[in-house]
Amino acid sequence: MTLSKEKKLWMYRKMHEIRNFELEVDRLFKANLIWGTCHLSVGQEASAVGAIAALDEKDMITSTHRGHGHCIAKGGKLPQMFAELLGKETGYCRGRGGSMHIADLEMGNLGANGIVAGGIPIATGAALASKLKKDGKVTLCFFGDGATSQGAFHEAVNLAAVMKLPVVYVCENNLYGMSVPFKKASAVENAADRAKAYNIPGIIVDGNDVEAVYNVVKEAVERARKGEGPSLIEAKTYRWLGHSKSDPRVYRTREEEEEWKQKCPIKRYRQQLISEGIEEEVLNKIEKEVEDEIKKALEYAQNSPEPKVEEIMEGVYA
Amino acid sequence: MAEKLYIEALREGLREEMLRDENVFIIGEDVGLYGGAFGVTKGLFQEFGENRIIDTPISEAAIAGAAVGAALCGMRPVAEIMFFDFFTIAMDQLVNQGAKNRYMFGGKAKVPMVIRGPMGCGTGAAAQHSQSFPAVFAHFPGLKVVMPSTPYDVKGLIKSAIRDNNPVVFVEHKLLYWTKGEVPEGDYTVPIGKADVKRDGKDITIVAGSIMVRRALEAAQKLEEDGIDVEVVDIRSLKPLDLRTVVSSVKKTGRVLIVEDDPISYGWGAEIAAGIAGSEAFDYLDAPIKRLAGLDIPIPYNPNLEKHAVPQVPNIIEAVREVLR
Ligand SMILES: Cc1ncc(C[n+]2csc(CCOP(=O)(O)OP(=O)(O)O)c2C)c(N)n1
Ligand SMILES: [Mg+2]
Repeated sequence: MTLSKEKKLWMYRKMHEIRNFELEVDRLFKANLIWGTCHLSVGQEASAVGAIAALDEKDMITSTHRGHGHCIAKGGKLPQMFAELLGKETGYCRGRGGSMHIADLEMGNLGANGIVAGGIPIATGAALASKLKKDGKVTLCFFGDGATSQGAFHEAVNLAAVMKLPVVYVCENNLYGMSVPFKKASAVENAADRAKAYNIPGIIVDGNDVEAVYNVVKEAVERARKGEGPSLIEAKTYRWLGHSKSDPRVYRTREEEEEWKQKCPIKRYRQQLISEGIEEEVLNKIEKEVEDEIKKALEYAQNSPEPKVEEIMEGVYA
Repeated sequence: MAEKLYIEALREGLREEMLRDENVFIIGEDVGLYGGAFGVTKGLFQEFGENRIIDTPISEAAIAGAAVGAALCGMRPVAEIMFFDFFTIAMDQLVNQGAKNRYMFGGKAKVPMVIRGPMGCGTGAAAQHSQSFPAVFAHFPGLKVVMPSTPYDVKGLIKSAIRDNNPVVFVEHKLLYWTKGEVPEGDYTVPIGKADVKRDGKDITIVAGSIMVRRALEAAQKLEEDGIDVEVVDIRSLKPLDLRTVVSSVKKTGRVLIVEDDPISYGWGAEIAAGIAGSEAFDYLDAPIKRLAGLDIPIPYNPNLEKHAVPQVPNIIEAVREVLR
């Protein structure tokens, strides 16, 4: 599949937005300006962006505890994201949800999730709604390697397979579920091997190659839209930072981390784009624009009001 | 006596039971090399190895069910659920299976297992990592439920829970892990089903559990400066429930405030209130029974909202004054 220059630059920009947003969040955390915990996807930007690039705007996603990248790629607004992390009233969840619960229903983002595998049955349900309403939408369901050990994963994928629902399951295999290597959590070598049990396609892709991810997801999305049912795609990648705020990373070596940093999806795409003839100035300009955008978004969040205690009981029921 | 952290006392209790009885083992997510998400099992993997400190895939239903099955076959598993919120995923195995096996099989089986994890808010972990709902488990016949508030109690109760021949839901609180208290060396137990008067007083009884015991004690100290003498009863076990200790305290003080960490509707405080109202303590009451508990909302992320979602020390002080008015 050939991608337009415009699409390529969009993907480059989105990966930068995610990287810069999260590095800024990391800084804010270390400076004790963000409360609670959060999970960063630094190093995994290509799987989020490549997969979402294969969707139409009306399509939907479900996300995970490591969900900033999914949200940004699905058109999430940085000011509202920062505001949510700072617990402000202007945040995506009015400061009620925090990093793990950002949802942007308008953009088709049915939410990050604090429960490992919690989004998988929900994506299945969204696809069921599309089938019943015949609205032509596809749902892209993100989850980690660790999530494939949950009963919810198996039950939901099986249901979607039996009903041929328009959903694409994207497992971002970053080799660990918290401290436990996938090797120790799974008797099959690849998460994609689990597709056999449900008689759906299981496809492995280099999760640090944004166009490769785009290509396989695109095919799966088309298949789903045609009513041929779900696919399971496994994007092999790596999270550069700790699992969450405080993780001494005793379960892996610094050498392994270094090796993966050499496979930086953003640097790699930059080189690819330059070799394809895109001028460096164009890329530099994008980088500069993203930097400014991040600065402005953070300022907006910092200047936003706190939620009012008097409104604490609001919004439990519709 | 040595001062220890709650988390150290808990770990010491687990370790001593593992040394005492080779059928005891620990199973859960990241409990091995990582030492548990909160560090409860730190060092135990190095000491006992991977057959007795078992790291599992992310599979709470399998963790709980494997504990039930192993317990049915003579082992004494201690299952760790990383956050109390994830007990909901383990629910079928715990509630429909483990809790029922003995009675349902006509008294032939026993399920000597412990399932433990931290509840509570106060860390900004938001709606899916902050819930307190110990009373839910107390609703199911066949389960025992304990929620120790001090380092002394956590060590003594984990030992009793492991030695008990029934499934015990062992409720910790995130904010208790780093609190200190006196803990004697060596073996001792704290009985399940026994409340504890943590502070003697004559003007009012506060019945509290888990983190709220600490807050009640702090409130009591402040109220003392105004000449108000508060008795604090740590309920400690929700099932079996020690109403006797509560009733005799209320007979003495004539006033009672119940303080819980969970959302107020259908909380365990209602059970206590009904127990008092139906007991001989009723005639001794000089004021209506008062309950103070969490709001009926999911726990919000924003730190200020979060603080308002459950009782804090000033709320307890205010509620005591109200009852005394
Ligand atoms: C039901 C449930 N169990 C455990 C956790 C704690 N937890 C949060 S993230 C995580 C690891 C998830 O691993 P994976 O699915 O591979 O995603 P990754 O963190 O690697 O992106 C764990 C165990 C949780 N949030 N929910
Ligand atoms: Mg993972």
